[in-house]
Amino acid sequence: MKNIAETVVIGGGIIGCGISYYLAKKGVSVICLEGSDFIGNGGSSRNGGGVRQSGRDPRELPFVMYGIKNYWPTLSEELEVDCEYHQDGNLRLGKNEKHKKILEGLTERAVKVGLDVRMIDGDEVRRINPYLSDEVTCASWCPTDGHANPLTTTLGYYKSARRLGVRFITGEKAVELKKMKGKLRKVICESGNVYEGETIVLAAGYESRKIAETIGIDIPMQKILLEALVTEAEPHMFDQMLGTAEADFYGHQTKHGSFVFGGSSGYEGFTEIYETPFSYSKTAPCVCRGIIKYFPNLLNAKIVRTWAGWMDQCLDGVPVLGNVEEVPGLVLACGFSGHGFGIAPGAASQIAELITEGKTAVDLSALHYDRFKAKI
Amino acid sequence: MINDRSRDIGPFVPADDDDMLICRCEEVTKGEIRRAVHEGMWTITEIRRYLRAGMGLCQGQTCSRLVKGIVAKELGVSPAELEPATSRVPMRPIEMRIFANEIKEGEEV
Repeated sequence: MKNIAETVVIGGGIIGCGISYYLAKKGVSVICLEGSDFIGNGGSSRNGGGVRQSGRDPRELPFVMYGIKNYWPTLSEELEVDCEYHQDGNLRLGKNEKHKKILEGLTERAVKVGLDVRMIDGDEVRRINPYLSDEVTCASWCPTDGHANPLTTTLGYYKSARRLGVRFITGEKAVELKKMKGKLRKVICESGNVYEGETIVLAAGYESRKIAETIGIDIPMQKILLEALVTEAEPHMFDQMLGTAEADFYGHQTKHGSFVFGGSSGYEGFTEIYETPFSYSKTAPCVCRGIIKYFPNLLNAKIVRTWAGWMDQCLDGVPVLGNVEEVPGLVLACGFSGHGFGIAPGAASQIAELITEGKTAVDLSALHYDRFKAKI
Repeated sequence: MINDRSRDIGPFVPADDDDMLICRCEEVTKGEIRRAVHEGMWTITEIRRYLRAGMGLCQGQTCSRLVKGIVAKELGVSPAELEPATSRVPMRPIEMRIFANEIKEGEEV
């Protein structure tokens, strides 16, 4: 089989699968290369499932809002998989004056860009979610936020793209990009295989930096460990997405009944780095202690597993999207900084539009790769 | 291992025992697993994430060998070629109050 397509996508996560899907829908031939043995093995399968606008940076917010308006509500039907999308709001919880100040700051910023978010007091919080303890005294409330299932959504994009003829190859690790006649053309893999395309999309999560460097582009990002725990199925309690002012935990109850709670221990960035992401021994117990204070009735909920994954954390916490002037033919879609899931339909559809039409409905310019400058 | 997911594995052929429960915790049938393979889920990890087979209370300790055999047969490869799904902490389900206790051993929170 010829290793040539109109577009070669590097990265088989939700961004790469999403871009492949939206391109294939427009009739573009696509080869999608995934370095690991599994589709969606990076942040795409290792996140809290938030489809959230509140608390997001104003530069990336338009992409999330675009996705929530145009894609998320009908994504299950479109991809023929249960994405388990719920739009039942996001509560970001606070327990003291310091928390309240943080939440007010975030709320003010979000209102400025036109998002429906407001501060509510402890009683109103408990009217929305009666399971929360009296320790909660305030929250920011964004009724249009929600959550979905990252596993089925990512694999749904893959399944649908594959059905439309996208050629997916897993275990095919891209290691180098090469120009021909001044234009990017080739992707060279660790195996020695070479793939060619008129457009090369780099959507390889935290591996993107190394690959981009081979063509002289440096994207300031690094991987940071993110950890979560999953409980056994519990009776249905609530449908909101939850977070806290201090970001000590976040999560939701899934359709299955289990709770998926992400959280931190304070050791982030300083745990040991192994070849694969490992759960750090101090994190899950710490997250449990945090959760119990907010949800006393989960005291006896059983943890069935914990997991860890890396985020592709960008220097300024928002993704790098779009063309690169110095390297014609290259399109970047990486550095999602832990926000890649909720933004995926919006960002992936816009990247596909950029490739096929040369312009996008949502302005990409604030996320351009040349925004990074040294401080002096 | 390089795995071209566009390789032809033939069509899905319904079978009499497709209703058989394979993952008891999450109630996933043999037919669902076979169908998922034809939808592109060629690894145990993907089957697990797609169908929840092996993601329940026993975390696959009961059904993982069966799932592996079914997926391998559908793909026409040896089960030895398929990597098992990652085992994750904790080994047995643990109540949150116990897990939370690691800094105060033996005490109730």
